[in-house]
This record gives sequence, structure tokens and C-alpha cells, in this order.
Amino acid sequence: MADKKVKNVFVEGPITPEKIANSIAHHQVKTNIGAHDIFLGQVRADVIEGKTVQAIDYSAYEEMANKVFHEIRESAFDKFDLTCMHIYHSKGLVKTGEICLFVFTSSAHRKEAMEACRYLVEEIKAKVPIFGKEVFEDASFQWKVNQ
Amino acid sequence: MILKLNYFGQIAQMLHKEEEVLDLPVTTIRELKSYYAEKLQTIPFSVAVNQQLAGETDQLNENDEVALLPPFAGG
Repeated sequence: MADKKVKNVFVEGPITPEKIANSIAHHQVKTNIGAHDIFLGQVRADVIEGKTVQAIDYSAYEEMANKVFHEIRESAFDKFDLTCMHIYHSKGLVKTGEICLFVFTSSAHRKEAMEACRYLVEEIKAKVPIFGKEVFEDASFQWKVNQ
Repeated sequence: MILKLNYFGQIAQMLHKEEEVLDLPVTTIRELKSYYAEKLQTIPFSVAVNQQLAGETDQLNENDEVALLPPFAGG
């Protein structure tokens, strides 16, 4: 099932609930699937020194990032028995409460789908060259760093 | 050595540019990192060469595409 072509993972702005719903709907024809797992990363309104985050402005080393996403996908297909896998990440401005990362894994059984989803999210956070500027209400900002 | 440099995030902001071609007196990643350490002060960064993360002892080659990457923040 592994796809060798490097895909573009990036979506301009937030990932909409409609995109997520459509993605689920598209899998209804794949009746060998018995379990999906979904991870949604949402921009949180952190309060830092009295100022509240309003949005994250994402940028990336896009060409390298898409290659790294591809390597992570391939390694997940090797490790887990998946039917399919979809990853989307935002670039540009995503406001608090909006979705910036959508990871969707599907398998015959729940265990593989759930373990693969967790693996993908951890790998993405650690390895993909994506950068985030947390923008506050007064237009000042700070650079986000993954924990 | 002529290198095509790409800067991202906080590093691009600090250097006021996203890319430039420079002739630098460096041959390894370690030398490149020490060259930039002073300019970038406390910003931690990793280096990618031709879109692959590079180790300290890796050698640079003429016209390599070199990226200075601040901490990742995806997801």
C-alpha cells in the first residue's frame, strides 16, 4: 500500500472540519477497514506573561519537510499493518481553536490504527522542519518550541 | 567554500533574510556551527545539507544547499 511519491502535506491556513468529515466519508467504500484513528492538533490560547496567544503563524522548510513526512509515512507502513494513512499540516496563520494537524490512520483492527497514529504524531513533532510564531493579541509574538 | 544558505523562523528573523549565497571559510558542519553561533547568540539550531539533517563531523561540499533550522514546532 506504500506510495513512493512524495506528497504535499501542507494546507494553506487551518484544516477545516469539512475536510476532515470528507476524508472520513471517502473511506466508506474501503470495506476492509475496521478501525480508524484520528489525531487533531488544535492551536491553544496559551497565556504567557499575561498575554494570550491569538494564532500561530506556521512556516516550514517545505521541500525538506515533505521529504521527512514521506520517510515517516514509509516507516509507519513498514511498522504497522495499515490500510491507509493521511497527514495534513497547516502553513500560514491558524487561529486559536482551529486545527493545524490532521493525522488519519486506518487498519483492519483498532490496535494497529491507534499505535500508528500515536507513532506518526510523535515523529512529526520531533523530525519535521516546521516553525511556529505564536502571535499575541497586541501583535507581538514569540517562537514556539515543541516539548 | 560557496554555500547556498537558507534561514528559517527565528533565524531568518534575526538575520533579516531567508537565503543568501556566501563564500565561507568552513569545511565541516562543526565549523559552520561555530561560525554562526556568535551571530545567532542563544538560538539553538540544527543544520541540514541538501535537505538531510547533518552531523557535526559531516563535510561540506561546494554549492551545497545548507539550511539553518531553529527548534521544530510542528503539530
